[in-house]
Amino acid sequence: MPPRVDAGHPVAAPARVHRFTRAERWVHRTTAALMGVCVVTAACLYIPAFAELVGRRELVVRIHEVAGVLLPVPVLMGLASRAFRADLGHLNRWGPHDRIWLRAALRRDHRRKSRPAAKFNAGQKTYAAWIAGATLVMLGTGLLMWFTHLTPLKWRTSATFVHDWLALTIGVVLAGHIGMALGDPESRRGLRTGLVSREWADREHPLWRP
Amino acid sequence: MNPERPEERDAPEPADRGAPEPTATGAPIGRRVLLGTLGLGALGVVAAPTLQRGLEAFLGSVSGKDPTGLTGLLPNGGGFRYYSVTASVPHRDETDYRLTVDGLVDHPKTYTLADLRALPQTRLVHDVQCVTGWRVPKTPFEGVRLATLLEAAGVRSSAGAVRFSCFDGAYTESLTLDQARRSDVLVALKMQDKPVSHEHGGPVRLYVAPMYFYKSAKWLSGITVTRDVRPGFWEERGYDVDAWVGRSNGRDDAPTS
Repeated sequence: MPPRVDAGHPVAAPARVHRFTRAERWVHRTTAALMGVCVVTAACLYIPAFAELVGRRELVVRIHEVAGVLLPVPVLMGLASRAFRADLGHLNRWGPHDRIWLRAALRRDHRRKSRPAAKFNAGQKTYAAWIAGATLVMLGTGLLMWFTHLTPLKWRTSATFVHDWLALTIGVVLAGHIGMALGDPESRRGLRTGLVSREWADREHPLWRP
Repeated sequence: MNPERPEERDAPEPADRGAPEPTATGAPIGRRVLLGTLGLGALGVVAAPTLQRGLEAFLGSVSGKDPTGLTGLLPNGGGFRYYSVTASVPHRDETDYRLTVDGLVDHPKTYTLADLRALPQTRLVHDVQCVTGWRVPKTPFEGVRLATLLEAAGVRSSAGAVRFSCFDGAYTESLTLDQARRSDVLVALKMQDKPVSHEHGGPVRLYVAPMYFYKSAKWLSGITVTRDVRPGFWEERGYDVDAWVGRSNGRDDAPTS
């Protein structure tokens, strides 16, 4: 059983614990890059000020399409990694503590004892599942808009409608995701180096067994 | 960062650490959320026509009272979107704008902005419908009927179509001669009762009221009478050449003219 580490009580246990493997970090990095390209090109297609600045509509559309189609690829390739598959399992399965976390989040209760979490907290689990589903919906509706003559033609308007509104929603949620990462340097370090401090792990993910 | 005070730490007690991770056998909620999101997306596509009508009505009424203009950025929020196929478009004004009429005509001619303003002007008010879905209600356009320019040029009997070119250097459009002679097709100098701005294709753009808005070429600089219709910029990329609103491109929008 690893001993607990408290500030001011140096112990023999390693100060840093392993959180993500190289493969997992690359899945996140490439997915983030592709998502970034999708968001930036979408802004250039959609927001008049950016569209006027950039123009080149056909090229921007092409980049958007390619980045969108590639978006699920890093995750699919990540399935070859045992650690990544294990983390997908962690993200998928919910325990009783996740409900406690979620209820506390909804009540804006920030006390630590009301936010129990294993490797991923309930918010991260919800985000992961939702963004995966939303990405697939964007991919599906995007393909309907792209290959207009392969589907019943009326579908395109409907696909555009869903694509537009979901894009807006994803933009807001993604801003929240990035904002929370900006507020937590140690979690960013985890995705950059693979390692986090034990103190952080105990504080943010007390039920996690690294 | 809060200083750590062991007595007040709310994290579970060290004894907990012996227990297995509680998530190992939990319910697969993640999968359900993912599938639920997919299901909602599919439902959204099915329900889109109804939802879109409702939202357009609602946002249309709100955007009129919205001083920030932010509702105009929402999908179905009304207002025009800016589309250009090139990186940048040169600015033209009274001094250097020219519109040439040539091809299968007896009297090729080049018009300045002043020449065009001196011709009889027609004002039309119709909805604008983009093939990508947005619609702007009751937008006034004013300018010279294309038929007037064609008549002045003396179209030869061998002609069957009109091709348009633009000073952005890339965009092209075309109409059959019959379409071009319709009374609701203008060489527009004004839009929304103001001179056509650069963003909207000024100083002179085409306005083809009954067709999807990609037919209304911006930054119009050339009118060439030809034998046959040649597909324009977007038409070579899959859009219909005969772009009647509600009867082409697989769409069923209400006709605009």
